[in-house]
Amino acid sequence: MLALRSIAAPVQRQSWRAAPRAAVTLSLQNQRLYSSQERVAKFNGKKDAQGRYTVSLIEGDGIGPEIAVAVKDIFAAAKTPIKWEPINVDPILKDGKTAIPDAAIESIKRNKIALKGPLATPIGKGHVSLNLTLRRTFNLFANLRPCRSVAGYKTPYDDVDTVLIRENTEGEYSGIEHVVVDGVVQSIKLITREASERVLRYAFQHARAIGRKKVRVVHKATIMKMSDGLFLSVGNRVAKEFPDIEFDAELLDNTCLKMTTDPLPYNDKVLVMPNLYGDILSDMCAGLIGGLGLTPSGNIGDECSIFEAVHGSAPDIAGQGLANPTALLLSSMMMLRHMDLNQYADRIEKAAFDTLAEGKALTGDLGGKAKTHEYAAAIIEKL
Amino acid sequence: MLSRNSARTAQRLLRAAAQPQQRLNVARTFASVSDTPAQSLQSDLFKPTKYGGKYTVTLIPGDGIGAEVAESVKAIFKADNVPITWEQIEVSGLQDATPTGRTEEKFQEAVASLRRNKLGLKGILHTPITRSGHQSFNVALRQELDIYASVSLVKNIPGLKTRHDNIDLCIIRENTEGEYSGLEHQSVPGVVESLKIITRAKSERIAKFAFSFALANNRKKVTCIHKANIMKLADGLFRGTFNRLAKDYPQLECTDMIVDNASMQCVGRPQQFDVMVMPNLYGGILSNIAAALVGGPGVVPGCNMGRDVAVFEPGCRHVGLDIKGKDQANPTALLLSGTMLLRHLGLDDHANRISNAVYDVIAQGNVRTPDMGGQATNQEFTRAILSSMEKAL
Repeated sequence: MLALRSIAAPVQRQSWRAAPRAAVTLSLQNQRLYSSQERVAKFNGKKDAQGRYTVSLIEGDGIGPEIAVAVKDIFAAAKTPIKWEPINVDPILKDGKTAIPDAAIESIKRNKIALKGPLATPIGKGHVSLNLTLRRTFNLFANLRPCRSVAGYKTPYDDVDTVLIRENTEGEYSGIEHVVVDGVVQSIKLITREASERVLRYAFQHARAIGRKKVRVVHKATIMKMSDGLFLSVGNRVAKEFPDIEFDAELLDNTCLKMTTDPLPYNDKVLVMPNLYGDILSDMCAGLIGGLGLTPSGNIGDECSIFEAVHGSAPDIAGQGLANPTALLLSSMMMLRHMDLNQYADRIEKAAFDTLAEGKALTGDLGGKAKTHEYAAAIIEKL
Repeated sequence: MLSRNSARTAQRLLRAAAQPQQRLNVARTFASVSDTPAQSLQSDLFKPTKYGGKYTVTLIPGDGIGAEVAESVKAIFKADNVPITWEQIEVSGLQDATPTGRTEEKFQEAVASLRRNKLGLKGILHTPITRSGHQSFNVALRQELDIYASVSLVKNIPGLKTRHDNIDLCIIRENTEGEYSGLEHQSVPGVVESLKIITRAKSERIAKFAFSFALANNRKKVTCIHKANIMKLADGLFRGTFNRLAKDYPQLECTDMIVDNASMQCVGRPQQFDVMVMPNLYGGILSNIAAALVGGPGVVPGCNMGRDVAVFEPGCRHVGLDIKGKDQANPTALLLSGTMLLRHLGLDDHANRISNAVYDVIAQGNVRTPDMGGQATNQEFTRAILSSMEKAL
């Protein structure tokens, strides 16, 4: 197995052997082997007899069902080869831990792809966040967050077009914390070579897929020399397998400063970073273009991928037809591209952006008066 | 400015705050308590010793643009006859720096000097990325001297147009623990753990500092920034401590916000923030985002406060190696940090003259450094400030 790892340098192999036996076997069993040719997180779904892919659909809570209807209508109008399979992910407690129902897990495992609306985590019942549960259940290791300025919605920043990839399974959000003595808490940021390599390789492949020539790692290796240093050094190594992509690194402080000053230089790059930085920066980028209502998101895993709207479930306006389905719609575009159905994605996306730019049928959050279904109808008309 | 035992100061300020507040009459309310009720504290407030009518202040120019902007500060302070003698120490984080390079001795000399003088003005020291590289001198200095509270003052400068208006916020950052603990290890090859330490004592200390600062500077709202939804224990302790202490300050509006939301709000609607208090790493992130909103690291002053020592340094910590020696640096950040130092010493007249001159030159807009959209060199900008000060006399 060691020999198969084309990327492991001889020195590292020796140090692996020197490590305790048990640890080595353990880590090898869990190891997925990648070469530069193999695409990380490739979509392996199968078409049915009518040539359609089945997609699990989690409508979500609050405004979820309304915006899901809008997306379904638009997809039907664009004749996308998608069949929806609605699933219910209301959390259950399994051995005292939050889990999602087996039927839902099976559906997503079978279809290998899902679209998800906003979920409200039940408070006070000891549930961990459902998003976290989904991420863990399906080992969704990368969070993909593109942010693009929407013509027709004015913010202090124009023409933003950033792509952020965030490591999703470890880092500061490892969940390993303990109280050492009363009043002293340690929280562990965990960085492993395996997870870093996986997300970095995905970043390079994604850059290729969307035609960007530069990948940049955002880190804080001046202070966290070992952990962020490891992430950075893995990046340098993986970069050698992608000679067509330019690779560089930037200190977190500089990224924050420069992006907020002028986000345009980031329009030709894919940024990749550990968990916490990605969390903060992706939301900051969303802020640049006007908030979470306009930003799509994809959670990429080896087996399955889940695309979602990252905004809240807005129970206060649920059922009134006021919700803005843009984020979920844009997420579904990402999903189509992940499934190599680019032509449909391009068409729907153009219709959606044209409708937004025109500004006639905007929902209330964008300063318009249209209902959710009117907005969807405007997009369908453009199709 | 608040310097010493913030707990005691806080209680006094609290008492004082019950009485009608006097308005500050300084041009900008840069962290000055000179004519607030805290005046009565002057007697027991720590005062550095004066020798021959002059204070001795440690000056660490730092790497990158440090030397250039430190010269500007020295020239301007000298022109105003500020009663300060500089004790300049050339510490550097660069391996090949002249004359001595990076040495532990110089660093220790700086620490000793700051301990003696209790006051410092400091540029930023470079930190290498390499794993074999040394630990950050900036962080080491803060930990060594226990200058636990970092304050960055982010405010639109009149006349300097940016994407956002009416920003006036203050970022208070815990400086000595959190993610910058420097504790890291490799459990097995390829698996690294980095420890973030949060303690109740230090959370309490920084929260009290933030509340006292808000009261002393006539601010209304304190927001605690955290990620307690994920780091339930660590950030939970920070947030819990903040909320517990907030009850003692009913005259302040105290809220908390998750760090990712805060950074989103910061670029969207930064006007909503007043005083913000947070652990170490988030402070680094937010001070950079906020600095970018008002014109970049060249215009944001700041300081680091401890029990005994106060070190004033630019509020958004950038070394500026890329423009080193090109005479393009903007000395505003270090100059304004210097005026904060003057107010800390009660030398408000000097502080006002200098800061007014700086704002005048920027507002007029003819002479600006490249980062403010002008073409002037650092030296030209400095000369413009000097002549503005002369005219004002």
